[in-house]
Amino acid sequence: MGLNPALKSNSAGPEMYVGEGYGLTQLEKVVGLARANSIWPLPFATSCCGIEFMATMAATYDLGRFGAERLSFSPRQADLLMVMGTIAKKMGPVLKQVYTQMAEPKWVIAVGACASSGGIFDTYSVLQGIDKVIPVDVYVPGCPPPPEAILDGILKIQELMKNEPLRRRESPEYRQLLESYDIL
Amino acid sequence: MINISDDNFHHSHTLNGHIETEEDIRQYNYLNLGPTHPATHGIFQNVLKMDGEIIVEAEPTIGYIHRAFEKLAENRPFYQVTTITDRLNYCSSPINNIGWHLTVEKLLGVQTPKRVDYMRVIIMELARIADHIICNSVVAVDTGALTGFLYVFQWREKIYDIYEEICGARLTTNIGRVGGFERDFSEKVFQRIHALLEEFPTALKEFESLVMRNRIFMDRTINVGKITAERAMEYSFTGPNLRAAGVDYDVRVMSPYCSYQDFDFTIPVGSSGDTYDRFCVRQEEMWQSMDIIRQALKNLPEGNFHADVPEFYLPPKEDVYNTMEGLIWHFKIVMGEINVPKGQVYQCVEGGNGELGFYLISDGGRQPFRLHLRRPCFIYYQAYPEMIKGSMLSDAILTMSSMNVIAGELDA
Amino acid sequence: MMRETTPDNSYIREAVLHEFRNDVKSIEESYGMLDIVIKKPSLIPVITWLKQHDILQFQFLTSLCGVHYPEQKENEFSVVYHLHSFVNNIRIRVHIFMSENDLNVPTLTTLYAGANWMERETFEFYGILFDGHPDLRIILNVEDMNYHPLRKQYSLVDDTRTDKDDKYFGR
Repeated sequence: MGLNPALKSNSAGPEMYVGEGYGLTQLEKVVGLARANSIWPLPFATSCCGIEFMATMAATYDLGRFGAERLSFSPRQADLLMVMGTIAKKMGPVLKQVYTQMAEPKWVIAVGACASSGGIFDTYSVLQGIDKVIPVDVYVPGCPPPPEAILDGILKIQELMKNEPLRRRESPEYRQLLESYDIL
Repeated sequence: MINISDDNFHHSHTLNGHIETEEDIRQYNYLNLGPTHPATHGIFQNVLKMDGEIIVEAEPTIGYIHRAFEKLAENRPFYQVTTITDRLNYCSSPINNIGWHLTVEKLLGVQTPKRVDYMRVIIMELARIADHIICNSVVAVDTGALTGFLYVFQWREKIYDIYEEICGARLTTNIGRVGGFERDFSEKVFQRIHALLEEFPTALKEFESLVMRNRIFMDRTINVGKITAERAMEYSFTGPNLRAAGVDYDVRVMSPYCSYQDFDFTIPVGSSGDTYDRFCVRQEEMWQSMDIIRQALKNLPEGNFHADVPEFYLPPKEDVYNTMEGLIWHFKIVMGEINVPKGQVYQCVEGGNGELGFYLISDGGRQPFRLHLRRPCFIYYQAYPEMIKGSMLSDAILTMSSMNVIAGELDA
Repeated sequence: MMRETTPDNSYIREAVLHEFRNDVKSIEESYGMLDIVIKKPSLIPVITWLKQHDILQFQFLTSLCGVHYPEQKENEFSVVYHLHSFVNNIRIRVHIFMSENDLNVPTLTTLYAGANWMERETFEFYGILFDGHPDLRIILNVEDMNYHPLRKQYSLVDDTRTDKDDKYFGR
């Protein structure tokens, strides 16, 4: 505990053309920066991984360091769906509905083996990976993944957010993706 | 509030399949609580029939993470079942693992050395503390005290550190083996346990003084979600919930396993079976658990860290690599080619939230023929509608979190 | 504190045989617990007697589960009840067997409120029908589940499904 936490306030911002009293950059980079550092995650915690998420949220690992401490329990006001734990077939429609309720732009992390692929539960009642019902951006392996891995997943999502073109959500590819999941 | 009431899947507004009359619909509101509701800590759905803020009737739906544990166990060799028991009550998985090892040992007739028993007691009591930390701090969160959760959770991390030192995993530990442990506790384990025993009482005391005699907390929890001892017995309650109702039933005392009879501890008992009593019983159990760990550390016998059962206990790696017998035993155990006796055993342990029972039927094959898991919260959660009838919605939330219902165990 | 009348397994065996000689198929002890196999129609009388007996007082239903023995013809299905007497701190196990064609069993919910969900679960897993159960529906799986998954003839994985991508698993 004796170490002082190192706060990095001078981390690299978006690429900028800087002159006297002004800076020029692309709008999507600024938007990406804002999105990435103020994630409102919706924890969709169903089982063991949810407990590890609690550990991630708590004091020792502190998700707040990455600007994601404001958990949004309403899907309408969340931009990151974190699916943690086994999704049974009974839960599949619920998950899909939560996803459809979220406003664009939205991202999804599948935390843990169960959410990613069904994990060890290759059984009659378990959905073999949430990507059968909703599109997923980042998969975090582990059964359950340690908090460090969950944080790594969040950092990966931040990268995606920073580099996402502004018009991606309107693109035909994206619409096609959603249509392939029967969403829209 | 997430309202999942569309007709595109099976959640309907009717209770018990009764069609409500027009008048009912005008007089009462129907509230769909869950399956993904922020206040329910896991996925439980309750359709509540509300008269204003008062709950008239509730119908729980469960099974949202049914993972087919019992079927899965029938398809796995005995030593691989721990991965399933891990994920039962994942807040205290070492207890489940050791419960399973005890079941197999009972079937095989393995006698474990005293040292193994004491090591197991230490781990199980640590797990009990970890379990109760989650449950009680979440009860506090539901009354509005987030600080307590953030504070005591740090000590849960320290318990994770101890697990990691023993077996390498944090949450789903897969701890131990049939017959004992894979290795002895290292010096670091003892250091960490001692450190925990030194630091944690202060933190727990602080948590208690924050919450236990707090006017708001007491108003929110006393007389909330009550159940009488008789009803609790009828509903087959076990664990802290039964003890809070005033029945002093604890598996550790009634059917001692792992030499629990060697230890001196008290079983806290409540009187009214309400949320406050459940909270206090858990709180006191943490103190008792620390006491048990201290006794176990003090009296830890010398000896081997596993029983002498070469047929079931994996040989040390040097033997596997350098001797033929070692390699053969290793192969036979890993491939599950050892014959186990035929028979039926029931072994129970005092889990984090009640009597966790394993009913194992063996037909002599490499897998269990049938493994029935007596999951305490599956059994006592059915009393939930009765316990919240007539109370406020916010009290229903609190009642649920104080019952320590763990979705993984509930739905198997 | 041991009372003189504290019953042990042999006491229970004597008492049960004395009262229900014709209803008991077999009674033996294994791993310290008494296994009593009774005829199906005598289930309610025997359990009621065990619960209300002055000395035995088996007032706690520990667990209830089904078992499927496909090899035993005419006795394919079994329901196992674990009862516990807190007063005497003794447990027993009661078995009933039934054939595949006659899966009706009287419910225990009238005696133990906790039997409700356990019976629903057993119904779901094995298709055993509990007569008189207040609400015998599927509890864990999706409501339109059309088979009883824990029966031995069904495999662990759903054979008809299309959701598993086999190419990553070398199958």
